[in-house]
This record gives sequence, C-alpha cells and structure tokens, in this order.
Amino acid sequence: MMKTRREFHKLAAATAAALAAPAFVGSKVFAQDKPIRVGASVSLTGPLASTKNGLIGYELWRDDVNAAGGLLGRKVELVTYDDQSSAANVPAIYSKLVDVDACDVLFSPYGANLSAPVMPFIKQRDLFMIGMFGLAGNDVAKHDKFFHSGPWGPNSGRDWARGFFDLAKGQGVKKIAIINADLEFSKNAAKGGAEVAKEYGMEIVFNQSYPPNTTDFSSMIRNINAGDPEAIFIASYPADSTAIIRGVKEIGISDKVKIFGGAMVGPQYGALLSSLGPELNGLVNSHTFVPEPTMQTPAIKGFFDRYTPIAVKQGVDPLGYYIPPFYYVAGQLAAAAITGSKSVDPAKMAAFLHANSVDTIAGKIAFNEIGDWKERRVLMVQLRGIKGNDLEQFRNPGHQVILDPPSLKTGDLAGPYNKARAS
Amino acid sequence: MISIDILLNAVVTGILLGSVYASLALGLAITFGILHIPNIAHPTLVVAGAFFVYTLSQWGLDPIVAALIGLVPFYILGVALYIFYSRVFERRGGANVLQSLTLFFGLSLVIEILLALGFGSELKSVSVSYIGSSLKLGLLTIPYRLLIPALLGPVMIGAVWLYLSRTNSGTAIRAVAHEERALSIAGLNPASVKRHAFGIATATAVVAGAALIMVGPVEPFAGRFQIGRVFAIVVLAGMGSIPGSLAIAVIIGIAEALVSSYLNPSWSPGVAFAILLLGLALRPQGLFGAAR
Repeated sequence: MMKTRREFHKLAAATAAALAAPAFVGSKVFAQDKPIRVGASVSLTGPLASTKNGLIGYELWRDDVNAAGGLLGRKVELVTYDDQSSAANVPAIYSKLVDVDACDVLFSPYGANLSAPVMPFIKQRDLFMIGMFGLAGNDVAKHDKFFHSGPWGPNSGRDWARGFFDLAKGQGVKKIAIINADLEFSKNAAKGGAEVAKEYGMEIVFNQSYPPNTTDFSSMIRNINAGDPEAIFIASYPADSTAIIRGVKEIGISDKVKIFGGAMVGPQYGALLSSLGPELNGLVNSHTFVPEPTMQTPAIKGFFDRYTPIAVKQGVDPLGYYIPPFYYVAGQLAAAAITGSKSVDPAKMAAFLHANSVDTIAGKIAFNEIGDWKERRVLMVQLRGIKGNDLEQFRNPGHQVILDPPSLKTGDLAGPYNKARAS
Repeated sequence: MISIDILLNAVVTGILLGSVYASLALGLAITFGILHIPNIAHPTLVVAGAFFVYTLSQWGLDPIVAALIGLVPFYILGVALYIFYSRVFERRGGANVLQSLTLFFGLSLVIEILLALGFGSELKSVSVSYIGSSLKLGLLTIPYRLLIPALLGPVMIGAVWLYLSRTNSGTAIRAVAHEERALSIAGLNPASVKRHAFGIATATAVVAGAALIMVGPVEPFAGRFQIGRVFAIVVLAGMGSIPGSLAIAVIIGIAEALVSSYLNPSWSPGVAFAILLLGLALRPQGLFGAAR
C-alpha cells in the first residue's frame, strides 16, 4: 500500500511518540531509584597516601546508610578517584565528578593543599561540599555551601591552634619561636599562631619557614636556641616532624622551654607513634581524637571496633584516630543535610546544616556562616609515659592526655619540656 | 653578629649532608655521567634500596650490614634493567633521549607503586642505637644520624673510583663512554661492559638507600624530591667525574646549610640550581669535567 509523504510523517511521529512514551511515563520512578552519588578525590598514592585510610570511613558510612535503607529511599553510591596527592589533578577530577558522574554531594580532597584548587570551582558552580581537613579552606571563598567535617573552627585560620597558646599563656610564656613547613596547612597554622601570640603579648623571637622534605633541622634548632624562647610552636609534616624531634634529641634544647609542639602532623599516625616511641614524651600536639575517657562514646568505640580489622587487613594505620572518624562524620553530615532538607538541592541542604546541629560519632556539630565548627574542638594533647615502640599502648588512656579544650581536659601540662621529655 | 659555633656547626652539617647527597648521586654519575643513559629512576631505586634496608632491619640487622647484603641483588636488578633497556632501544638503532627518559620515568612510577603496595604509603624508618645521639667535639655537635651515613659516601665513591681507574674492567667502562666502536675492535662487547656498569650503579642505590633511611624516614615517593639535586650534582661535577660529584655535593651541602642558617631555609632548594647555573656559565663542561 502506497503512503503519501504526509501520511508517512504522521506515521513516523506516532511511532516516535510511542517509543518515547515509556521514558516520559517512567521518568519519576527512575529518578526515585537512581542512587544518590557522593563524589570525592582521595589520595591513594603519592606523598599524602597515608591519608587513604579515610576511605574506610567513607565506605563504612556508605554501608551503614545503605543497610538502613539509603537516603530518601535511594541507595548511596560513592564515586572516588585517586588524586595522586597532586593539586594539579584535583580540578579535572571534580569537573568529572560534577559534569560526567553527576554527583549530588561532594567531599573535598584531603587537606588545605589539595582543597585550595577546588574551592573556586565549588563557589562558581554553587555546589554543596563537605571539607576534609582543609585548614581555613573556606576563609577566602566564603562559600555558604561548604562545611568542615574536621573540628576546624570557629575562625580556624587564626584560632586553629589557640589551645597551644592558651597553655603557653598559662605558663607565663613571654618569648616564643615559630617554625613551619612551606605548605598551605602549616603556613596557615603558623600565621594564625603568630597572630594569637601577638594578641597574648608574646615576643616572637624566631619565626621561620622551611621547604618541604627538609631532612636536617640542626641549624634551625641552634638558631632557635640562640633566641632563648620559652615556647616553640611547630607546624610540620610527618617527615619533618620526625627530623625535628630527633634533631631536638641530638642537639638539645634550652631548659627554659616550657611547651613544645603545636601543629606537627605525624605524631597522630600509628607509624610515627610506633617509630618514635619514647622520643615523643613531653610533646604537646594537636589531634582530633584520642582514647581518653572524656572522648569515648559507644558510637566512636563502635566505629573503631569495625575500622581496626579493616585497617589491619589493608595495611593502613591500625589506630586511625586522626582522619577516619571524620570521614565517617562527613557522610553523617551529608546524610543529615539530605534527610533534613528532604532534598539533594545544594541550597536546601546547606540551609539545613546552617540552621541545625547534627549528632555524629564525633559529637554534636553546629556550623557558622562559612562552615567552620562553632565550638573550638581541636585537641591539644601531651604525649606521656610512652615506653618502647609498641603501638598498642596508644590505645590506652593516659598516653595522650588532653590539655585543651577545657571541656574535654583529662590532665594538666607537665613541664618544662626537657623534664617532661625525660620522664 | 655571626656566632662561631653556629657557623662551624653549619659548615660541618653541610659537609655531612653533601656526602649523603654524593651517595645518592653516585649511581647517576655512572649511568648518566659515564654511560649517557638518563636514568631518572635512580632516586627511586635509592628509595627501593632504603625499603630493602628497612625490611632487613626489622630482623635486627644494622642498616649498613643490610646494605652490604643488598649489593648483589641490586647489582642483578641493575643488569636486568639494562638488558631490558638495551633490548627496547639500543638494539633498534640507538636510544633516543626522550624515549629513554620516558622509559625511566615509567620505571620510577612502577617502582613507587610496587613499594606502596608492598609496604604501604606511610613513613618507614630504622631504629639503631646511634640514631638520636650526637658526637660532641668542642663547639661541634654532630648527630650520628648524619655522621654514619655521611661516612658511607666517601668510602663508596672511593671504592668505585679505584675500581674504575685501577682495573681493566673499570677502564673498559670509562672507555665505552668515549668510543664504543674502539672497544669492539679491542675485542670487548660494549653491551656487556654497559650492563656491568649499570649493575654497579644500581648496586650503589642500596647503600645510598641505607644512608637515606638513616638520615630520616622514607616513604615510597621520596625519590621525587631528590631528582633535581642529584642531576645538578652530576652535571655540575662534569659528566663522568666521580670524585668531582663528591666535591660538588659537599659544596652544595655547605651552601644549603649556610643559607638555612643565615638567610632562610626556604631558599635552600634553589641553592643547588643557583650553583649549577653559575658553574655552567663559568665552565660549561662542568667544574671537574674534561673539555670535549
């Protein structure tokens, strides 16, 4: 049977409509079934690969949420890429997470160095992001949809290590030395520390930065000694932290020094706690979680009961106190924002977190306007009574005594540093 | 005012650090300086050596003893690497520098990943009784952590230099760099000579690795931070000058220590390159290299 052109067009249109109909009719159901995608870059390789144990925190959270029926009836799916610890890889990863993988929620890369490149993108595209340990990560962008999972704030750029300076002030310190690695986190911590020291009327007798991967600090320690300080604030990374602590043992430090440490990354991790062992005695350093009585809750204990066997199997830090709980917290914050706002709309999720506090395994968290924690919660702990290099001793209370904040305090500062070091 | 004890200690620290740098650069001085193979994987091989030493130290062995045990397996590894390199490039009509660089860059990535998979990404260090204490000599306080590895440098460089200058096979290695065809006419197989040289260069990596892990903790990606400095040492010494690499490394070490003490430690990474630029401007063939 012959068809006219008009009849043929009608037939083609009808056929196309018939084929397309199920897609339109079923679109609502499909959207409801589509998983909520949470995207992140993780440093699985490269110099920051020691932070990859955070991924266990993400995965435990995802498994818990899905076991409980997901969020808004939708399964949660993690989409992660290895940024190789390189800031250069970060913008492309987040473009892919947003534009190709269509992630609903983003977790930032680890730390300030890697997070800095993604902030302009997040701000420009007005996206919702949970920040992972990027100190003062939102101080410049001031994006209203960014929230720290780690206990950074309030005014984290300036007050991150205020606890250290409060302790120094309590000891009557008048002269302080500050050294820091030439990296984003350390520079921010040292800059904020210098401001607080000035606020407290302390004279900064030595203030110097050093390049990453410096292996010998003997010259710097001699110069610090020449300045005759009563407190030494250090913002360093793991390899430098080891070299500094060993350098102090080798070169010696003045008996006048009452408090030493502050923002040294490394002595929070099992590998350094184990390798340095008793050399860490007396150090006062920042931390996010330690197994002291004021911090132990059934929720955090339950987390570590599950984390430890996985970490041992994967060959990552078996203690995992510093980072992994807060990666789980990131998930809890995202979950609270989604369920609280009943949406994955960035504006609604952000509005919920600004208006409500959230119960997490790290306690109740409330945020200020730039996503800093409202309550100062960075711990200053003093390492004490460490004998030998057995890592298991750090699971017991009394070896990482909380000196600050006062609400979590479990002991007083033991000093001066040389005496505490020898004890 | 310059304090004499700070000055003296800075100079001694610089000499010690320079000696450690020389250990790190020795293998490259052989592969790049003599054989003209741009083995940018050498610093990563040094890190692999450090992990070898770390592994044996877990069984109670001193790092230096562990390094001596590692000489043979690392020599064999070097021979195997050269055979691979030679089959991929040299037998197909000569190695293009860019291709060689790509190969060794890839090799260093593979080694890094294997180390990360095998040992994890966390810092590893060795515990020895002398690490953490110091030798006190008048105004000087010299950490054994630097002194012991620093002594390895001159010993190893002296041994390699004696081998290259006083033995027939050493002379053949130096000859292959200058005139490969003449070596063939003399009845020697240039590929075999290069293979042996590459094996020696790689064997030095385990000793340098022992020095590196004694100075401070090491992680799988630590080699990346040494590439620039070791290339600067080899080039500035003059390609192939083994004793020259020790002298240049010490000069760089002292300069870095003085800059750290009296100017700003942040400037010290630029010291090696500043000296390199100045040195090459004055003497393009390197400070200890022969004019060609």
